[in-house]
Amino acid sequence: MSDIQAETDLFFVRQKVVEPMPPPTRSSGLIGWARANLFGSVFDTILSIVGITVALLIIIPLVKWALIDATWVGDNREACAANTAGACWAFIHANIGQFIYGRYPDPERWRVNLFFLLLVAGIVPMAIPSAPFKQLNLLYIFIIFPVVSGLLLVGGFAGLPEVDTEVWGGLFLTLVVSYVGMALSLPFGILLALGRRSEMPGVRAVCVAVIEVARGVPLITVLFMASVMLPLFLPEGVNFDKLLRALIGVSLFASAYMAEVIRGGLQAVPKGQYEGAKAMGLNYWQMTRLIILPQAIRIVIPGIVNTFIGLFKDTSLVYIISIFELLSTIRNSLADPVWATSTTPGTGLAFAAAVFWIFCFGMSQYSQYTERRLNTGHKR
Amino acid sequence: MSVADAGRTSSPGVNWLYKPAVRQFVIQAALVVAILGLIAWLVHNTAVNLADRHIASGFGFLNQRSSFDIVTFLPLTAEDSYGRAILAGLVDTIIVSVLAIIIATIVGVLVGIARLSSNWLIRALSTVYVETLRNIPPLLVILFWYLAVIAALPSPRDAITLGSAISLSNRGFYMPKPIFGAPFVWTVGAFAISLVVAYFVKRWASARQMRTGTPFHSFWAGLAIVVALTLIAFVATGAPLSFEVPVKTRFNVNGGLTLSPEFTSLLLALALYTASFIAEIVRAGILAVSHGQTEAARALGLRHGTTLRLVILPQALRVIVPPLTSEYLNIIKNSSLAVAVGYADLVAVGQSVLNPTGQAIEVVAIWMTFYLGLSILTSVGMNIFNRRIALTER
Repeated sequence: MSDIQAETDLFFVRQKVVEPMPPPTRSSGLIGWARANLFGSVFDTILSIVGITVALLIIIPLVKWALIDATWVGDNREACAANTAGACWAFIHANIGQFIYGRYPDPERWRVNLFFLLLVAGIVPMAIPSAPFKQLNLLYIFIIFPVVSGLLLVGGFAGLPEVDTEVWGGLFLTLVVSYVGMALSLPFGILLALGRRSEMPGVRAVCVAVIEVARGVPLITVLFMASVMLPLFLPEGVNFDKLLRALIGVSLFASAYMAEVIRGGLQAVPKGQYEGAKAMGLNYWQMTRLIILPQAIRIVIPGIVNTFIGLFKDTSLVYIISIFELLSTIRNSLADPVWATSTTPGTGLAFAAAVFWIFCFGMSQYSQYTERRLNTGHKR
Repeated sequence: MSVADAGRTSSPGVNWLYKPAVRQFVIQAALVVAILGLIAWLVHNTAVNLADRHIASGFGFLNQRSSFDIVTFLPLTAEDSYGRAILAGLVDTIIVSVLAIIIATIVGVLVGIARLSSNWLIRALSTVYVETLRNIPPLLVILFWYLAVIAALPSPRDAITLGSAISLSNRGFYMPKPIFGAPFVWTVGAFAISLVVAYFVKRWASARQMRTGTPFHSFWAGLAIVVALTLIAFVATGAPLSFEVPVKTRFNVNGGLTLSPEFTSLLLALALYTASFIAEIVRAGILAVSHGQTEAARALGLRHGTTLRLVILPQALRVIVPPLTSEYLNIIKNSSLAVAVGYADLVAVGQSVLNPTGQAIEVVAIWMTFYLGLSILTSVGMNIFNRRIALTER
């Protein structure tokens, strides 16, 4: 190349490589992006203008309400009543202890904090795919943690004063109800799903009946049933704790939904896997435990997490049998005359929405991450 | 019995305990006995408990006078029986569910398509909508409308009004109530007839297009037929429709058609909450149609809208309809959250029947029967629709 250049001194032969020109501004940078994404056609432009208007109509009042006009400090309703155009964050600040712990006695709140810590210690390593000791972790999540935290929270031994479940409440109770629901619905859901796919018509009929009835009625009626009918069903003198009744109702309900998710996974395992396992001489339970379930559950992790999200949201319904989880704790304190103003309900519900949203959005992001991680197919 | 089973059961030298048929029979018999035993034990306990509490079981209480003072769509007075009150609750449940299903479907489909828009802003807005609504409990959405929006509206005296007929206040949404005269039947009849005519026009147009390839604007023609025929009948019978306008008194508004705050907040919450799920279903359904279908349609020269209508949507519907059915069922079930704001639906009425009578088992049985019935009706209807659009394989 250089030889040729050296040999030729023709004027029309370029001696240097020309720098590439920048792309036209109409198709690059901010303008290009806007042309492609906002003003591609006449219809697109109209949509964009409508969209901008809607966005501004929502965002500006929201920011004004939540930040600019908000009342941040105050000891009672005086501060907020004077300023009803903005949120009353002072109300949240004053009641935050109640929202987290319910009426759990003040000097014992460290037990709830320890419960939170133990919960995180079990779930975080489980959620990280590369974390070691998964079997131990499962043991911790399903047996050690529930037993330890149950003893810790109820107390009544070794100098720990007993705390009646009547005073449990707030976010803490929301987490207790949803955790128990999740931890019980998984094994029961698996059993129901296996039963529904069983070759034995008797077993199948029972499982189908349980699943379809529980899925066909609202959770509220299941909770009512647990609250008004369970006492009738049991012999005289046997009395269940109210919270325990709610937990039974929620778990039964969640198990039915979980069963359908797991069944989807069981159906997605290729038939050859079943046949291969049988050919190896494994019996039913060995085949299920070692070959089928590990594959089936892996496939439906996103579905399981979605069921968990639904369950987490549904815990807000236990208020119906007067158990005060986060939402009902907040709703109760809205009626508190110390804080009642016209802006308090909006503030309290916005706070509740934010808490629920963080948990549910976190779970749904995790489910999408798992979906991407497990997705080995080709995407366009 | 298959060949393999026959071989297994008849093989010699195998202990009968290991025969699958025997083991299956034993397991199932044990399960059935256990369940029957459990049920017998529960029934016995219940009978003892009820006797102790002097509660007579049975559905006789349904004929007793309810003395309820609740507002329902079906007119209900204090003289009516418990049975009639429960029926009114069922009607309320059905009304709010059906309306919520219609609104949720429309909003959901629009948002779902908007999620795939090439316009960044529209995509972002619809994503924010879906991700916000999907991740908070429906009960919270209902309370939000009820406590934070409708309760914060001005009182009837300074209501937001549109003209004098429509007003919005913290007592609800008031609008003129249509009053149909007797000859209005003719208008309804004309409407029905015009639908049939439009259907035959559509059939003729499709047949002609199949034969000759000439397209016909059957949608616009059909619309014109329906509108024209209905209008002609309406005018010819002397426009038998008048409106009862709500009248504002000092503290309240009387007459007209009222949407109570309870009903409005429940309806809006159910519809908007479920729409976020339907949007995701629609989006997933459209994405599930292979991209080759779009490319092939474009290669054949179909326009963008025609591609969507004739190629993408029919295939997407197959993916959309089954999960859509379960969202409809969720609306029906979530309508029971009415009890949180005091809208008199099946659960709320049931609860008010339960308190004075103590008939827990009967009321729960009524709830379960009606909800299961509604669920089954909805699934059967949607399954018929599903079968119509399902892939017909040769």
